[in-house]
Amino acid sequence: MNKNHYRYVLRLGDNALILGQRMTEWCGHSPFLEEDIAMANCALDHIGRARLLLSYAGEIEGEGRSEDDLAFIRSDREFENFLLCELPIGDYAFTMARQYLLDTYHYHLFTGLISSTDVTLSAIAHKAIKETTYHMNRSRDWVLRLGDGTEESHGRIQIALERMWNYTDELFEVDSVDVEMAAEAIAPDPELLQSRWQADITATLKKATLVVPEKKWSLSGGRDGLHTEAMGYLLSEMQYLQRAYPGLSW
Amino acid sequence: MLEDHLPLWEVFVRGRRGLDHKHIGSLHASDASQAMKSARDTYTRRQEGISIWVVKADDIHASQFENNASFFDPAEDKVYRHPTFYEVPEELKL
Repeated sequence: MNKNHYRYVLRLGDNALILGQRMTEWCGHSPFLEEDIAMANCALDHIGRARLLLSYAGEIEGEGRSEDDLAFIRSDREFENFLLCELPIGDYAFTMARQYLLDTYHYHLFTGLISSTDVTLSAIAHKAIKETTYHMNRSRDWVLRLGDGTEESHGRIQIALERMWNYTDELFEVDSVDVEMAAEAIAPDPELLQSRWQADITATLKKATLVVPEKKWSLSGGRDGLHTEAMGYLLSEMQYLQRAYPGLSW
Repeated sequence: MLEDHLPLWEVFVRGRRGLDHKHIGSLHASDASQAMKSARDTYTRRQEGISIWVVKADDIHASQFENNASFFDPAEDKVYRHPTFYEVPEELKL
């Protein structure tokens, strides 16, 4: 097994799973019915993507772990998602701002992964890019609406951006996994990802009359299994059934 | 309140093999772009269609039920308006 290859795919899967889990928290609680259905739809796209990626990670690992084993019987230290994915949902402004930052990240990531030398990742990217293009259009629309909306909506989304901004460096951190994956052309160049992401985000925030927050400090560690307090609560809810009744199916 | 900020829209969807858009339901949205996205998520998530129209419900002018007697009943005894009543000339028969 190539450990770096395994971790790269696992990280992609964990990001999809944890963000998808957060999005499902809105089910039945969104501001209005149409939004509720749309949010659940997009959440399911993420869960579906997590299934493909975690199954593939298990395959690379070669120790017989299934997508379910990886999703439901790992502890927080073994998850390698971005901290940004696990932050609590906050208000709708926080949720949609985070969706937009991550949808744009995923848009450029999957665009790059389409030409990956890993044919499985390339196939997953082909499927994911269509979903992500829609997700990004949807969340960008909300950033524009809220930013260029009322005084209250503008204030809320500006605060939301400031609260999450210090977690965005982690999206472009480079460690030995990224170096090897980029060298083998399995993953796209992280620097290119960052410059494309930054250009899009800056343009949208400007159009939304929002200010790109100043980075005062930077938090990371999620990709090495060091998570925020919120992660434990998320996992205990997500994993409860498999922990309480191991192997249960329906 | 809801109607002020999120007016009602009617949604029409054309199926994969359909030739015409059929009314499929309605939804609330603040403008056409949001209505289009919500229509996609609400009414085409099970592959129901490949084309969507959204129309503001206010822009639809409907016939009124109380006018039905004068509007539709007069057609009842005019079966001769169906083309089956015309005799096709011999020359045109195959």
